[in-house]
Amino acid sequence: MSWTRKILRVNLTNGTVQDEPLNMEWANDYLGQRGLATRYLVDEIDPKCDALGPDNKLIMTTGPLTGTIASTGGRYSVVCKSPLTGAVACSNSGGFFGAEMKFAGWDMVIFEGKSASPVYLHIENDVARLMPADDLWGQSVWAADHALRQKHQDPQVRIACVGRSAEQGCLYAAIVNDLHRAAGRSGVGTVMASKNLKAVVVRGTEGMGNVADPSQFMQTVKAGKKVLAENAVTGQGLPAYGTQVLMNVINEVGALPTRNMRDIQFEGANEVGGEAMHEPRKSDGKPNLTTNGACYACTIACGRISTIDRTHFSVKDKPEYWINSGGLEYEAAWALGPDTGVDDIDALTYANFLCNEDGMDPISFGSTVAAAMELFEEGVITTEHTGGMELKFGSAEALCWAAEVTAKGEGFGVDLGLGSKRLCEKYGRPELSMTVKGQEFPAYDPRGIQGMGLAYATSNRGACHLRGYTVASEILGIPEKTDPLESGGKAGLVKAFQDATAAVDSAGLCIFTTFAWTMDDIAPQVDAACEGDWSTERMMEVGERIWNLERDFNQKAGISGAEDTLPTRLLKEGAGSGPAQGRVSDLDQMLPEYYQLRGYGADGSMTDETRQKWSLPA
Amino acid sequence: MQKSLHIDPGKCTGCLQCEAACSLVNEGAVNPSKSRIKVFNFHDEGRFVPYTCTQCDEAWCMQACPVDAIVLNPENGSKDVLNDVCVGCKVCTIACPFGTINYNSSTGKVVKCDLCGGDPECVAACPTQAITYVDANATGLDKMRAWAAKTDNAAGA
Repeated sequence: MSWTRKILRVNLTNGTVQDEPLNMEWANDYLGQRGLATRYLVDEIDPKCDALGPDNKLIMTTGPLTGTIASTGGRYSVVCKSPLTGAVACSNSGGFFGAEMKFAGWDMVIFEGKSASPVYLHIENDVARLMPADDLWGQSVWAADHALRQKHQDPQVRIACVGRSAEQGCLYAAIVNDLHRAAGRSGVGTVMASKNLKAVVVRGTEGMGNVADPSQFMQTVKAGKKVLAENAVTGQGLPAYGTQVLMNVINEVGALPTRNMRDIQFEGANEVGGEAMHEPRKSDGKPNLTTNGACYACTIACGRISTIDRTHFSVKDKPEYWINSGGLEYEAAWALGPDTGVDDIDALTYANFLCNEDGMDPISFGSTVAAAMELFEEGVITTEHTGGMELKFGSAEALCWAAEVTAKGEGFGVDLGLGSKRLCEKYGRPELSMTVKGQEFPAYDPRGIQGMGLAYATSNRGACHLRGYTVASEILGIPEKTDPLESGGKAGLVKAFQDATAAVDSAGLCIFTTFAWTMDDIAPQVDAACEGDWSTERMMEVGERIWNLERDFNQKAGISGAEDTLPTRLLKEGAGSGPAQGRVSDLDQMLPEYYQLRGYGADGSMTDETRQKWSLPA
Repeated sequence: MQKSLHIDPGKCTGCLQCEAACSLVNEGAVNPSKSRIKVFNFHDEGRFVPYTCTQCDEAWCMQACPVDAIVLNPENGSKDVLNDVCVGCKVCTIACPFGTINYNSSTGKVVKCDLCGGDPECVAACPTQAITYVDANATGLDKMRAWAAKTDNAAGA
């Protein structure tokens, strides 16, 4: 077991909620969460549908290990068609919301249609009701969370919510749960708001009591926890510095995209990295970082709990921000910092707070601001567009202002909410958008880490580090070291990372465990928890099947192999400094081999043979 | 040697492994809502605080119980609820000054920490040693050691 075997189907058009059994045949092929929900999506929507129309569906989904005692077993994902990319969206979040869904007895909630007026869904075990949310519409995530807690008078509820950015149509709006964890990428929050669905409130007191082999499961869980505790990255680096442990590392290897990827190293990296978060500040002697915080059942605890300097210009007159909340993770810190050229850690923390408060993906937001800054410096965007703001690289004031107006969808914030691709197109300079398939890059320059170029170009949700994190191998030597400047052999490496990640994302576990765990650590936990035999080989097969299912959806949505590419800047303009100086991405050398390994045509198209091999739906 | 649960909130990350382990062992399901140890998240302050029964010597729950359903376990000093005697009157939940004995509506009995019979699962599950099971006579030893390490005795050298 370990699946609850129950799905909640919510029709927002009709206002009905209904339970139905989980399709166990699909669970055997796709495991759970990312894979299983994608199988449902593929079955239920037209890939060509309008992502923001009532025909798109939004699936909140858990894995079989979500809500168990397995370390990091608290993940959930949101799957739908993305309004940012037109491709499949699958955004993964931690916190406590996913586990609570399981405690309430649900593997998955499928939202379909569109409500005539704002609503939220309240789930208490097997009772689910749609409730009016007119009074919550127009409120931030943080304000709505507070109001819902007041209303239900239950401090134990877990809430996932969209903010004002989503309501205003920002195309990279996130769904924020537990105040500062987020299903962040690809605009899943925008889809939720398009359905007039403001929040999901869950309370589960049934618990998870159905693992297949409890004593075997506890043994494998304990062994897994020990591996995480004894590993230098998961046992020491991540708890102490969070993912921000990477800022100085990636800068030194010359792969830190800077100022909209014009540069590849940032002179201010040390001011905004993990170490800087520990430095006592002048005003009150406290560091930016208060403590590390964990998601449900996570024994790594990489999460950052931070404060902003009360004397900082962004908050000195706003005591409501003098609190602790989710601090800077590496990707967010990079997008808000090096990519915009801002080296002010308090400005970054403030912008990050606003991304959580109003549900914006900080990667896409920061990258879009970076593109806007380059457009400003090129004279294409002027103070007339911005209402007077000098949108210059390195301006902390401009960054904070941009976060404020985008969070609320005001003035120039509407343009920033378009994302980098549409913004650059609107202002006639599409080549300045650092995106793949319309989604903004994360924090690794593919000129300095060659495998990531292929991973970005072929990612099924557009540019993304979480679809095939070859940084682990190329920089950190996990599971074995490869040369980041070498493109040979990277096709196989990318494929292996992509397949393994798809399986982990479908289990209910956090991908960060794979800094220490291999599939040989993960498969036994799945095997003990679930019915059937779940070997390492089967997990990898499931991962590859999921990858191809996603790819097939995208192809049917009209996204061809021609879009497996990178911005010209990364293919033509050599890196300006560092170990990769003069290098471009060797994508063209990796892509043909990758297609071959995947069993695609030379143009990247899905072949009938590959479709049949993985028993994909026609 | 009598041992006692010792909690250091400064080490807690709020992961709820303790709640998961407690409920799994005592209720047969991972179910934080039924855990006998609770972690409180003071979000705005950035603090996580685990809290559970401290096994008072003069246990008010035990003294208040009208049917003697709460008894001293002489092995480890825990005060245990006898399920077949408890009538679910909840007087103990009123008597306890700390709120660490609670009613379980699905069984009609009260539940409290019984130190898992001397081998607390929350301690085993905690990844950061925020919860430890130590000599009841020296729960302050770690804190004393930490302060001792900071003592400046250079003048005496």
